[in-house]
Amino acid sequence: MPPALSLHNLRKTYRSGVEALKGIDLDVAEGEFCALLGPNGAGKSTAIGIVASLVRKTGGEVHVFGHDLDRDPGGVKACIGLVPQEFNFNQFEPVAEIVVNQAGYYGVPRREAWVRAEAVLRQLDLWDRRTVMARTLSGGMKRRLMIARALVHRPRLLILDEPTAGVDIEIRRAMWDFLRETNRQGTTIILTTHYLEEAERLCRQVAIINHGEIVENASIGALLEKLHTESFVLDLREPLRYVPALPGYELRRLDETTLEVVVPRGRTVSGLFDGLARCGIEVSSLRNKQNRLEQFFIDMVDRGRQAQGGAQ
Amino acid sequence: MSRWRLSAHAFRTILTKEILRFSRIWLQTVLPPMVTTALYFVIFGRLIGSRLGEMDGHPYIDFIVPGLILMSVISNSYANVVSSFYNAKFQRHVEELLISPVPNAVILGGYVAGGVVRGLVVGTAVTVVASFFTDFAVHSYAVTVAVFLLTSMLFATAGFVNAVFANSFDDISVIPTFVLTPLTYLGGVFYSVSLLPEVWQRVSFANPVLYMINAFRYGLLGVTDIDLGLAFGLIVAFIVALGGFALWLLDRGIGLKS
Repeated sequence: MPPALSLHNLRKTYRSGVEALKGIDLDVAEGEFCALLGPNGAGKSTAIGIVASLVRKTGGEVHVFGHDLDRDPGGVKACIGLVPQEFNFNQFEPVAEIVVNQAGYYGVPRREAWVRAEAVLRQLDLWDRRTVMARTLSGGMKRRLMIARALVHRPRLLILDEPTAGVDIEIRRAMWDFLRETNRQGTTIILTTHYLEEAERLCRQVAIINHGEIVENASIGALLEKLHTESFVLDLREPLRYVPALPGYELRRLDETTLEVVVPRGRTVSGLFDGLARCGIEVSSLRNKQNRLEQFFIDMVDRGRQAQGGAQ
Repeated sequence: MSRWRLSAHAFRTILTKEILRFSRIWLQTVLPPMVTTALYFVIFGRLIGSRLGEMDGHPYIDFIVPGLILMSVISNSYANVVSSFYNAKFQRHVEELLISPVPNAVILGGYVAGGVVRGLVVGTAVTVVASFFTDFAVHSYAVTVAVFLLTSMLFATAGFVNAVFANSFDDISVIPTFVLTPLTYLGGVFYSVSLLPEVWQRVSFANPVLYMINAFRYGLLGVTDIDLGLAFGLIVAFIVALGGFALWLLDRGIGLKS
């Protein structure tokens, strides 16, 4: 079975001379939920733009479910649903018509398009707003409209470029549930996001792109395995009289009832608790200082920056 | 799904979208040409025209009817496509089409058909207005309808090319203001080129709009300053050239893709 997406030596150099992609290779299996991460300007949107036929590649190959973008662009396009980063629908068109028209562009007959539009707008809680002009929707509704539009032709590969940017946590969590369910029903999903918690919660595969190159491509579990340390914040039951020295752990006092602890790989949290208990310190609660994927991502970007600095 | 079926549904979708678009804003799209034409008939037809006598064997008010109808068809077919497609670029919803499997010829065809329908609606509305001021018979329905449709197609296609190149709202008003309007006014809407000195007659024959207006005038009144075959040949040649150019622009993604 061909992968849902296969990029081989994909290159893009803009007219300005900026080399946005330096020959990336990436395979995403059918049914996967993959996060494409990277700092701003890393090349994520360029890669997505090429796959969606919005950006012309300079070199390399793109295959979607076995369709070659150069030889069979129609076959590639028919498989893809795209939720772009910026709102790109007609602001002066009624909500339902935007979705119905999109179905029509994929060859769905008008009557059937209305049936599908109703289903997908109801799923995304937009059916009540079907007759209003799109510009009157709130930011969260506009994001959901773009998801509805991308799904109405039932794509096999859904690509979302920062779909939850600027939406409140309640809507974000509802969108996560919706995307999880969409993936569970068989749609392959590729997601770019700056919310690394989002990637960690939703995705099974993570590809990290930096300076136009794929620097990591593995399962979430395999990536987190590479974390050398993990930082925790501990809330203490009693005010801290002194910072104990626990061999193998790095402890730092944040305030009189809060400790920050760095646990290196190979050490355990239960070992930490044992050590603290021996010093008479009781812990009332514990939380990760930062999301684990975020920690990995920051380490990776820092390493990239240092390597660049060294090269210069 | 077969390519033909997909193309048929996509074409219908684009055309429906375009018709709904200009229908929603009929106060800006359909009504103004009717008002303008009524004013032309009052001023040039009734007030001034009644003192001018006949032109090419017809009362002046009858003589200007074909030109005024075709002028509204030209400007509205052009305006519909240039504003709609540029807006699609400006708001980026042209990406809805670019990411979909709709063939480029269908994108072009859909927008041009939308422009033709607006030309047809406005042209019919202006004809109805004209009928309040004068009685005119149609000399040849075949020529009238053919010139009407072909001219509308030509200027709708030209509007598409303009929109592809446009980078600002100024860019979509420059061609209509500085090229289209002068060519139309100097294309014999209000006069017969036979009235001009020979030098200016020759210059006028370099204006393609002259051929369209005269061919349309032949269809309605049975009089023309030009050869009908040449007029049709010219219109079709322009459609083929502009249509081919527009498709080439779409295939290359010029003005649309980075």
